[in-house]
Amino acid sequence: MFLSRTDRQLAALLQGCALLAATIVLLILLFLIKESWPVLQHVALTRFVIDASWHPVQGLYQLTPMLSATLYSTLGAVVLATPLGIASALFSRYFAPPFIAGCYRRLIELLAGIPSVVYGFWGLITLAPLIGRLHPPGVSLLTGILVLTLMILPTVALTADAALAAVPLAYVRGAAALGLSRWGLISGVALPAARSGIIAGTLLAAGRAIGETMAVLMVVGNVVQQPQSLLDSVRTLTANIALEMAYATGVHRAALFVSGLALMVMVLVLVSTAELLSRKRHYG
Amino acid sequence: MSHFINNKSEQVDKSNTDDAYTLGPLQVGLPCCMPEPLIRVDNLSLHYGLKPALEDVSLDIYKGCITALIGPSGCGKTSFLSVLNRLTDLIPDCRISGNVHYDTMDLRHPALDVQRLRRDIGMIFQKPVPFPLSIRRNIELPLREHGMSKQAGLNDVVQQVLQDVGLWEEVKNRLESPALALSGGQQQRLCIARALALQPKVLLMDEPCSALDPISSGVVEDLIQRLRGKYTVVIVTHNLAQARRIANYAGFFWIKDQRAGCLIEFGQCKQIFEAPVHELTAAYVNGSRG
Ligand SMILES: Nc1ncnc2c1ncn2[C@@H]1O[C@H](COP(=O)(O)OP(=O)(O)O)[C@@H](O)[C@H]1O
Ligand SMILES: [Mg+2]
Repeated sequence: MFLSRTDRQLAALLQGCALLAATIVLLILLFLIKESWPVLQHVALTRFVIDASWHPVQGLYQLTPMLSATLYSTLGAVVLATPLGIASALFSRYFAPPFIAGCYRRLIELLAGIPSVVYGFWGLITLAPLIGRLHPPGVSLLTGILVLTLMILPTVALTADAALAAVPLAYVRGAAALGLSRWGLISGVALPAARSGIIAGTLLAAGRAIGETMAVLMVVGNVVQQPQSLLDSVRTLTANIALEMAYATGVHRAALFVSGLALMVMVLVLVSTAELLSRKRHYG
Repeated sequence: MSHFINNKSEQVDKSNTDDAYTLGPLQVGLPCCMPEPLIRVDNLSLHYGLKPALEDVSLDIYKGCITALIGPSGCGKTSFLSVLNRLTDLIPDCRISGNVHYDTMDLRHPALDVQRLRRDIGMIFQKPVPFPLSIRRNIELPLREHGMSKQAGLNDVVQQVLQDVGLWEEVKNRLESPALALSGGQQQRLCIARALALQPKVLLMDEPCSALDPISSGVVEDLIQRLRGKYTVVIVTHNLAQARRIANYAGFFWIKDQRAGCLIEFGQCKQIFEAPVHELTAAYVNGSRG
């Protein structure tokens, strides 16, 4: 391919940026492995599953309760936020009058900008007591899911909205010319055309949910236990690191870095699944 | 649709000889051109915001005939077609005045069932718009929308319309593959098949060949010839030779005073091309203007 001089300079610059980004990710991974090495060296990987509990100072390293908590809270939030977010995007794109749609979009953007600690605070003060009435203590997996849902909803809504906005006008005219109703256009043409964009947005939101620390820490109770119901208190991987890092030393500290490594692996799995999902039957 | 063709076959034959030169060896559809208007347009004007796009257009579209609309770009041909299937509804600041009747229906009536109307009056665009779905789903989607849901029936229609447009042999083994992977000419024929699947009475075609290579363009033209008699076709084309080959009636649009498009002349295709009344028409069809 022929490239002009400015093209070549631009290509070099962009390649540099891409390389830098990749290097940083790799360095973080290496750093995590290095810091967790004191534990990984002596402890078999299976011990993180089969140990009786999480008491790293006593040499018990069970991570599964926290892994489950992270997994369930993320999954729950994504399952709730995806349909709501898509519905919100459909409303602003296809049903609301232009003025209302504009205001609504600003509102969602505002929602995306609220700091997570505020969501957490609200969850603790308002939501937890409500759920506590159902089943004490109120700080629970469910509270975490609901707060996370609120937090990632704007991400799903805004990316779905952008994906729907990118659906060519020709499709809209073509669908109308075939006598399709608005819902026919949405379900038959617009959503399939916007599919990969919506999946990408949901993935972004899921990443945010996995990584969210503060808000979740404030509302889930942080008891290290395998959750038996939605109303149980749990502790997520991120909360685990945040709570213990201040005083952790030696193997304990190294074990916390293993938590970080586990988070990283989860995100990797998530990204690859999403990649596979959007590749399958993609007609765009 | 065929009942009225048979009833009036004598009349058909007569007008057929009148227009004999337009009906080349390609013509295999039923003969047409009963001078019986299906769509009547009276004093139609159209504005986008404050900008006029069409001024005082009056013409009749005859049942079973091919009507060609010619004229330079920007003279409102696309806008005119969009009025006929109410696609102008999609443009917020589009204002229309005048009378447009389809059969006995007032096309501008606010309570008109627009979905039902668009099923009767199909439209083909300049750039083919297959949806990002499989070939089969492209045809099934509007059928399902209009209440057809039995898979066996759907399969029959899909095969039938694909055969109608000569695409069946080319795609019968890959109905599940993406429609966007087809060539431009195949995509356009798929779009025509999709429109035919709804059994429309009228087909509006907005420069259906201008985005295609000459071979595909020839195939699509061939196909349009076959639609004569069974469907009423209104086609916008910049290819005057094509208009001359396929049309029974022709209308010539022009931009008056650098302002709005208007209809300069309308009549039998033969007359427009061989004995135009207006000097602008003469200049345009002889290629010296526009
Ligand atoms: N959606 C629209 N909004 C505003 N102006 C438009 C719109 N569509 C077409 N026009 C204007 O109306 C005039 C006629 O356009 P069009 O009907 O597309 O003409 P043609 O198909 O003959 O080229 C042009 O001047 C064009 O700029
Ligand atoms: Mg046009």
